[in-house]
Amino acid sequence: MTEVVGIQHFMVLSTLMFFIGVYGFLTRKNLITILLSIELILNSVNINFVAFNKYLYPENLGGHFFAMFVIAVAATEVAVAIAIIISLYRKLKMIDVENVNEMKY
Amino acid sequence: MSETVFYILASFILIFSVLTVTSRKILRTAVYLLFVLLGTCGFYFAMEFNFLAAVQLTVYAGGIVVIIIFSIMLTSDLQDKLPAVKFKKIFFSLIAVLFGAAVCITTILSYEFPAMTTKVLDSSMRTIGLRLLGYQENGFVLPFEVISILLLAAMIGSIIIAKKADTEN
Amino acid sequence: MENFYYTLIIPVILFFTFVFTGLLGRKFKPLFSGMVCTASIFISTALSWYTAYQYFFVQGKVDGAYKLINVFNLEWLRFNETLSIDIGILLDPISVMMLVVITTVSLMVHLYSLGYMKGDPGFSRYYAFLSLFTFSMLGLVLSVNIFMTYMFWELVGVSSYLLIGHYYDKPSAVSASKKAFIVTRFADLGFLIGILLLSAYAGSFDFNELTNPQGSAILQSASVTFMGLSAVTWALILIFIGCAGKSAMFPLHIWLPDAMEGPTPVSALIHAATMVVAGVYLIARLFPLYIFTSPQALEVVAYVGAFTSLFAAVIACTQTDIKRVLAFSTISQIGYMMVALGVSGYGGEEGLGYMASMFHLFTHAMFKALLFLGAGSIIHAIHTNEICDMGNLRKYMPVTHITFLIACLAIAGIPPLSGFFSKDEILVAVIEKNFFLFIVQYIVAGLTAFYMFRLYFIVFWNKEKKYEHEPHESPSIMLITLVFLAVCSAVAGFIPFSEFVTSDGLPFVTHIHMKVAVPTVTLAVIGILTAFFLYKKESTSPDKIKNSLGLIYRSAYRKFYIDEVYMFVTKKIIFNMISVPIAWFDRNVIDSSMNGIAAATNFISEKIKYLQSGQLQQYAFVMVAGMILIFLLTVYLITL
Repeated sequence: MTEVVGIQHFMVLSTLMFFIGVYGFLTRKNLITILLSIELILNSVNINFVAFNKYLYPENLGGHFFAMFVIAVAATEVAVAIAIIISLYRKLKMIDVENVNEMKY
Repeated sequence: MSETVFYILASFILIFSVLTVTSRKILRTAVYLLFVLLGTCGFYFAMEFNFLAAVQLTVYAGGIVVIIIFSIMLTSDLQDKLPAVKFKKIFFSLIAVLFGAAVCITTILSYEFPAMTTKVLDSSMRTIGLRLLGYQENGFVLPFEVISILLLAAMIGSIIIAKKADTEN
Repeated sequence: MENFYYTLIIPVILFFTFVFTGLLGRKFKPLFSGMVCTASIFISTALSWYTAYQYFFVQGKVDGAYKLINVFNLEWLRFNETLSIDIGILLDPISVMMLVVITTVSLMVHLYSLGYMKGDPGFSRYYAFLSLFTFSMLGLVLSVNIFMTYMFWELVGVSSYLLIGHYYDKPSAVSASKKAFIVTRFADLGFLIGILLLSAYAGSFDFNELTNPQGSAILQSASVTFMGLSAVTWALILIFIGCAGKSAMFPLHIWLPDAMEGPTPVSALIHAATMVVAGVYLIARLFPLYIFTSPQALEVVAYVGAFTSLFAAVIACTQTDIKRVLAFSTISQIGYMMVALGVSGYGGEEGLGYMASMFHLFTHAMFKALLFLGAGSIIHAIHTNEICDMGNLRKYMPVTHITFLIACLAIAGIPPLSGFFSKDEILVAVIEKNFFLFIVQYIVAGLTAFYMFRLYFIVFWNKEKKYEHEPHESPSIMLITLVFLAVCSAVAGFIPFSEFVTSDGLPFVTHIHMKVAVPTVTLAVIGILTAFFLYKKESTSPDKIKNSLGLIYRSAYRKFYIDEVYMFVTKKIIFNMISVPIAWFDRNVIDSSMNGIAAATNFISEKIKYLQSGQLQQYAFVMVAGMILIFLLTVYLITL
């Protein structure tokens, strides 16, 4: 392992990935693709956690474990989100986020 | 990790990320996400977090993406392209995103991260297991248990949400 | 020392009866509620008589005087080292006397009402409120603390309100009860301020402390002055305003005639024998304070009392509603008591007025209750209050006739009936102090005899009127009470009252003063004879006199337009000058500012509700933009 790749490389990478995810979240209409954007965001966070663990606090495994917990939380989140999407689909016969606005004024 | 490996993996991840959020074929977006996850997994391997990489591979790439693909198949017509996004939306989102990214990146680059000082803990399976179920300092048994309850709750919740209501015929 | 703890039962049993019949009255037959209440008042009465016997004869005098006995004293609220509100029972000659009067009259009224109110739909309610009233009245006379008095004072006002409004489907009864409540409540404001002032300068709420001639309250209180009078004088005058409200002194008397809308036994109990004398009682209770710290306040009491008695007596001569005549007569007689208190001194023979006032209170309770109950008996028989519709009733109602006659003779002051003795004592006390007041009271005595016998002759003699059905004598339960009270009225005068109730507890002996008694009785007889000639047979002479008096008669008939003055002041001046602008201000400034806030909120939310579009991505966009902004602010602006 060479020292040329520093923590900042990873952080820039995760920032870009994060904002790509945000972009997807803002522009996509299909609920499932929005969910995919969220997965991108979570993944970028994971990279950050691991990089912090690796470069700043290698004596512990905190970041590592947090990445694992984030993966677990992502799994639950996806499960619940998919359940919601499917019940919505059953009700409205489509899953466009712009039409899911029953909670408006 | 050599710079070359980093840049190859990073560009792989970024390209597929962008494709994930822009592709108009819904099934393909899921597949692109899978590639992103695989690239991330490569990073974990390169950083010698083998267990985490395995988890990423099985849970994320294996489990989550498969669920998503199933739900895509249940809810979408695979032949159809997703409708094009309005230019106005793209424009404003891009401005927000680019601006945000610029702010974050300049902040990151201007910050001096302290150099690593202490000894490196090996991330072997044994250490991970001891730490994950340890209840002393640096032990993670409490979050572990909390996560297990969360998983149970999510399982029950998604079953309740997704199952057909009794009144529906 | 004798143990008087059982006196606690006297009021408390009535309270429990009130709660019992008030809550469960509907569950039983009405007569059962009546019986329960009557039984408990019977127990109270028996205990009161027993207490009186114990207090006056077994306990007896200590050092030649009847002492205050604090049966018990429970501290309830403490304000500072000297001020606290206590609950307790205080026995002294006047409270024991009042116990006997209240419970006896109340028992009579309870019994009487069994006949009078029979078949009334509100029978249980009526009895529950009677119990409440008697309870609060007893609490008032037994209280150890002026604040406790105030509490029961208000309770008495409430129960009076409830009983006046017994026929709540009658608009006149409703407005009469409201009038009584508001007028007395208004006066009670004076009472409350008086209490606060008094406690501030005398440093105590406790009657033991306040009325002890050697106590610190009396000795220390005369220091602060305001507008030429000491602060305690002002306090006592304010307390007298409260008393004037309850005791219907001019100009706060307007509620009492209207209060006759209530059932007649209620008028007998509340508006003749007990509640209206609460004012007299309170002044008697605070008498040492009055006499030692502010003779000026006592003078006010005397003059207001004298004026009221004359004023009410004149009005009573013109009224045609039997109960209103009696109401004005009550006002007049209470005026007598006030005068007697006002001219009284302290201790021994000096305190003759005090003793006479209490004596008159005692005898008046008996004969006025009898008069009201007799009037109730007449009303029960012919269902009208108007004396013009009555006549020659002696043929039909012999018992009522005789008892009514006894009461009339008693109130007119004909010996040897009770009224003669008490009135004589009052006049003697007055003539010693103030000849002008004596003249007034002397005239009132003549007027009293005249209007009572005018009533008597019109109702029981005169020409027989057409009745819807043959008048009949009332049921025997009513007659028994009438006879009992008639006996009391006849013989109560022979009680050597000065042996028991005196200003300082030391007994003295009273005599009948011939130089006062003879002219008074003569005047009373003249009054009776005048009434006899004018009203014995139907004649035109009363009308002639009426016409010749003209304006005077009319204004007396309209009660000297006091009600109209009140209406003018409230409706024209207070409503138009104060209430209307305030209402305008409230409606247009306060309300509209509130409405304006509401309208602005409504308007803005109507405009901005589209922000709640339900579009998830809009929210997310705003969130991201906001996050970036905050980030920028915190990182680049604040830290730099």
